[in-house]
Amino acid sequence: MARKITIEPVTRVEGHGKVTIHLDDNNNVSQSRLHIVEFRGFERFVQGRPYWEAPVLVQRLCGICPVSHHLAAAKATDVIVGAGTGEGLTPTAEKMRRLMHYGQIFQSHTLHFFHLVSPDLLFGVDADPAIRNVIGVAMKHKDLAVQGVMMRKFGQEIIRATAGKKIHGTGAIPGGINKNLSLKERDEFLKGADPLNIDKMISWAQAAVDFFKDYHSKHKDMIDRFSVFPSNHLSLVRKDGALDLYHGVLRAVDPNGTKILNDVEYQEYYKYIGEEVRSWSYMKFPYLKSLGKKDGWYTVGPLARLNTCDFIPTPLAQKEFERYKAYTKGKPNNMSLHMHWARLIENLHAAEMIKKLLLDRDLQGTKLLTRGKKVHEGVGLLEAPRGTLFHHYKINDQDQIIMANLIVSTTNNNEPMNQAVSYVARSVFSGKAEITEGMMNSVEVAIRAYDPCLSCATHALGKMPLEISLHDAHGDIIDVRQK
Amino acid sequence: MSKSTIRKKVKSAMKKKAKSAIKNKGKSAAKSSVKSAARSRVKSSAAGRAGSAAKKKPRSAVKRKAAAPVKTKSALRFEIDGKACKARAGQTILDAARDNGIYIPVLCFYKGMKPAGICRMCTVKVGGRNMAACTTPVAEGMIIENAIPELEDMRKAMVEMLFVEGNHMCPTCEKSGNCDLQALGYRYQLLAPRFPYMFPQRNIDATYSKIMIDNNRCVQCRRCVRGITTKDGRNIFAMTKRSGKSTIVADRELEAKMPDDLARKAMDQCPVGAILKKEVGFAVPIGKRKYDAKPIGSEIHN
Repeated sequence: MARKITIEPVTRVEGHGKVTIHLDDNNNVSQSRLHIVEFRGFERFVQGRPYWEAPVLVQRLCGICPVSHHLAAAKATDVIVGAGTGEGLTPTAEKMRRLMHYGQIFQSHTLHFFHLVSPDLLFGVDADPAIRNVIGVAMKHKDLAVQGVMMRKFGQEIIRATAGKKIHGTGAIPGGINKNLSLKERDEFLKGADPLNIDKMISWAQAAVDFFKDYHSKHKDMIDRFSVFPSNHLSLVRKDGALDLYHGVLRAVDPNGTKILNDVEYQEYYKYIGEEVRSWSYMKFPYLKSLGKKDGWYTVGPLARLNTCDFIPTPLAQKEFERYKAYTKGKPNNMSLHMHWARLIENLHAAEMIKKLLLDRDLQGTKLLTRGKKVHEGVGLLEAPRGTLFHHYKINDQDQIIMANLIVSTTNNNEPMNQAVSYVARSVFSGKAEITEGMMNSVEVAIRAYDPCLSCATHALGKMPLEISLHDAHGDIIDVRQK
Repeated sequence: MSKSTIRKKVKSAMKKKAKSAIKNKGKSAAKSSVKSAARSRVKSSAAGRAGSAAKKKPRSAVKRKAAAPVKTKSALRFEIDGKACKARAGQTILDAARDNGIYIPVLCFYKGMKPAGICRMCTVKVGGRNMAACTTPVAEGMIIENAIPELEDMRKAMVEMLFVEGNHMCPTCEKSGNCDLQALGYRYQLLAPRFPYMFPQRNIDATYSKIMIDNNRCVQCRRCVRGITTKDGRNIFAMTKRSGKSTIVADRELEAKMPDDLARKAMDQCPVGAILKKEVGFAVPIGKRKYDAKPIGSEIHN
């Protein structure tokens, strides 16, 4: 009998989504989808507001990565006030923003690995869900849990020092920043009491990479074979090909590593990237126009970034990057669970970047703002923790926003996540008459690898209890399981 | 001179004044309309007329002298919440309370501006009657109640009403941290209002050259109408429409000529985020805003 399985909502991700899996009469997967079924409409209600409000207003999309939205909107409004992109800002403004951004990357990547993913790795995908959670980690692996909490705290403190608040600050303003970093603030990060200082953070970030490598060596089958499918990859890279999470040019590579978007300026991103709407989800499906809707979908995020960049400009992360690339012989990595490895290398890079920036005296500069000839349109891109984030605004003569378009990292990953769900559903559910909790969690593990922020992506979603219901071909419920 | 003779003289003087007013009606229509406009709300063409509204008598000219310590023997004696206080003759309850280190909350009152008694946030009880402290002068022997539960709850309710009556989105408002209404909300520990939100449909008028008026946030205190004038005393702001539809507007000609510091003053005097000087935004970092370090009223408490 044909059946429909619903996983709603998906847990241990930011925001909420549901998965439906259709099984035919032989219990084979005939269709699977990740649905994002609610709507927030930030792009609409930002209209009419003054453009300088955008960096503070739009960041309210999210409580996990507001800094990314804050900075992407600030970058777009930099263009509007004539400060240009990236290099147009004063050194103090540009470096303060970078510090804020790397603080954000550090806390978000830490949150994802230690709080959301580690339960799957430490206890197993099909372990008892009563243990397989962050509380379970705190009970059984206290040191690791403390590291996770303290690393996140450090990142949040960096954000507070640069943006004014840990969540939803106001630091970045059109054309620059509204404060510099005092020597007292700097020294708290450089020489803070153990463990809250940058050297400890770097050593813990390195230890997290080592932990994953060790886990990988013991669970190669699972890590290397879980949800593997060819994908295009897209990200910003620095003009010289280095990994740069704050600013750069757009680069995309195909599954073989061939460049399909060759370091283009992002102000005209819409020439290269289209967005498809499908009736069953509020999340759009972006694609590379040159390849069309069917084949143009791409992955963003840590996996994509390490597939597009040529090197990492900090020593410890570069060393790990070389080992990571050697594992796939320099070819793009398409193994979904290697996303965790890539994310932890980026986390190490973020910690190193924070130290490098803290030692830069430009942070104590007093020139904070740049202004030029105002224009009516601006695009701001950066690499958020979950991938490339696009903010695009148009304003009228009265300084009011008349158009906003946001392509959020998770939106970019919409098709890859659907592909991952489909892959796991086919390999786990096909031919099985009974659904177990572990099978359901397998689907979630695949989605979780992308660290999706579904609330950002739809601009939000429903309630938390997970429910799976089985429907027959006529839509009648034949079984319901909850957790 | 007998009393009846005085009455006759006054009557004849009033008649003469009335006749000359009728005679000059055509010539000085503008001047007379200025007076009426100054008295009543400016109607549909308020924006155009705001500039002439106070040509004759600059309202901002009514300035208060800085309150001096009350030392003289002739000081009035009165009580607030049982505390013995002194005041100079003619001082309002609000001023005298401040001189005695007692905080009475205000919203429409602004130091240096003639008090108007509009918002009633400063309501105190004098002999059991509710009075606006900003407009009521102290009298010898007054017994005043201020920080009593009944009044504090009423003030909190007023703050709540102002919040639900407009669209006050503090998280994204650039006046956050510098906003008197928000600061009063914190002072009264306003968590959720007891009244239902009205979510009115209001617009942002961004068509001015120096400022924006966000009508979602206006509490109609008229600080801008009373306190922002040109050098020659012409009002730049006025109220238009009536009742729940009342909004503030600015004279376009005068607004366009406003120097930057006056536009900034208009923004700073506004107790909420209704008047914004363009492109100021979030230039002041969190931590350096007016109410970041100390709550509203702490500058007056002993």
